[in-house]
Amino acid sequence: MSEGTATTRKIVLRGRKVVGGCAEGEAIVTRDTISGWGGINERDGTVIERRHELRGQSFKDKVLVFPGAKGSSGWSAYFHMARLNGAAPRAMIFNKMTTKIALGAVVTHAPAMTELEQDPLQIIETGDWVKVDADNGIVEITKRGR
Amino acid sequence: MKLSDEEKAMYDGAHGRAKARAMDLLVRYGEALGAERLVETNNVAGAFNASTPSVRDLVKRGFDAVYSELNLDSAEVVEVPKMVAHTCQLITGIDNDRWRVQGIPDDLAEQQKRGEKFFGSRGINMLATCTPYQVGNVPVKGEHCAWMESSAVVYCNSVLGARTNTEGKESTGAAALTGRIPYWGYHLKENRRGTHRVEVDIEVDDIMDWGLLGYYLGEIIDDEIPVLTGKCHQPSLIKLKHFGAAAASSGGVEMYHIPDVTPEARTIEEAFSGNRVRGVVRYGAAERKLAYDNLNCATERNIDFVMLGCPHNSIDQVWLIASLLEGRKISTNTQLWVHTPRALREVADRNGYSKMIMDAGGFVMSDTCPAISRHMPKGTKVVATDSAKQAHYLPAITGVSAWFGSVKDCVEAAVLGVGTEVCSE
Repeated sequence: MSEGTATTRKIVLRGRKVVGGCAEGEAIVTRDTISGWGGINERDGTVIERRHELRGQSFKDKVLVFPGAKGSSGWSAYFHMARLNGAAPRAMIFNKMTTKIALGAVVTHAPAMTELEQDPLQIIETGDWVKVDADNGIVEITKRGR
Repeated sequence: MKLSDEEKAMYDGAHGRAKARAMDLLVRYGEALGAERLVETNNVAGAFNASTPSVRDLVKRGFDAVYSELNLDSAEVVEVPKMVAHTCQLITGIDNDRWRVQGIPDDLAEQQKRGEKFFGSRGINMLATCTPYQVGNVPVKGEHCAWMESSAVVYCNSVLGARTNTEGKESTGAAALTGRIPYWGYHLKENRRGTHRVEVDIEVDDIMDWGLLGYYLGEIIDDEIPVLTGKCHQPSLIKLKHFGAAAASSGGVEMYHIPDVTPEARTIEEAFSGNRVRGVVRYGAAERKLAYDNLNCATERNIDFVMLGCPHNSIDQVWLIASLLEGRKISTNTQLWVHTPRALREVADRNGYSKMIMDAGGFVMSDTCPAISRHMPKGTKVVATDSAKQAHYLPAITGVSAWFGSVKDCVEAAVLGVGTEVCSE
């Protein structure tokens, strides 16, 4: 579903709630899977993995859009600590369900969704404004003006 | 999610607040996964330590508060009872005897010891290793487990045929108190079948070969289930320990099959058990070189620090290192740490292996590793290691650059203080 206007373009996608709640923010998008332990700095939410597309960038207060989790089982503990440190993303959207991402999303306490009807990595770009209404299973994307 | 009567009673608080909070976490987690129910487990391996500086403030509120927040995701502080499932502690950040070698402040070491006393009194076995299967926790085929530690998880599923997902600090904390974990993923037989056939076209025999194969496959296969065919020689515990750890670092491999070697694959057909082969991956000299190049990011030849024992060394690996060092001294510019589980360090001490390594100027360490502790010898810029996992993570976590080579190459680097070109094509 697309509603186009002259200046802004809104796209609404349906999906499955992973963690309830509703939050919005600027999107940070990567096609690389993310490691928790050894992949992020839990103090400021920066991706630290060598050869990662987002290396040096922080997801703090952003809507993190990514394929899923990889690596160490410390995934949840590091996103958990990022939350305790105020460095967690505002919401998460991902494609591939795993125990790492499920538990990590749960302990991050931020709205999270998966199984969107279209691939969010194809539709959402870094800088887009994204509202994740997990309770109602809706993601609303406002493309950044161009 | 469907709960049994007993699970409902725990959820409703009939068995105390700790179990109620544990069930709350398991239900939230299970629903996030889309699991239909929980399964009973009596084998939990988790992270119950309080060994990082970031938990200092929590520790001031007591270890009940530590467990509540970090092991149960509960802001409500609950009194932690004895564990109901057999539970062990995985690797920690601090060597209880050699924390000063690590450069850990005394108060942090003291904090970990107080933590261990608390968790120990609740029945958590302080194995303090990433390889519980080397020191007595060897689940049997089909046993439902709740394990953390990606290198242990892939070993548990693939080599032992026990069933676990990659659990986390909070889910293992809840499982230990309830004896439950979501029935999802690798707990179900149909999810354990192979997805990709790997054609190994070059000889894979020594530990380094297995590490490189694992590192390459993880990156290509991510968290699918490879079935190895071709020129793999008969592996051993040590080789599969390295292979799995590497594949779970560059990717998320939690299960693999080697027909005629691993327990759920007597044949290639059984490895796939009717599953569609979703992809074929070829592994030859070019792929091996790519994995090697990706692991080696060091441009300087001087080696400041040699790290051996990730995953924790077996006693035979400690013996090999001790033998290679016999009558030699490591370079004054270089430090050498050899990591092994505490129970095996006891054996290494008894056998004199520890003394052989210390006489050469190295240290035998337990309970931890540099990637977990984030502590290395002061001023380390370049580290040499025989572990693909450590070479993958140390540069990201600590900013050092890494040399990757065989254990012999690493011992040579320790003695000479410089790394030589180690990739043998």
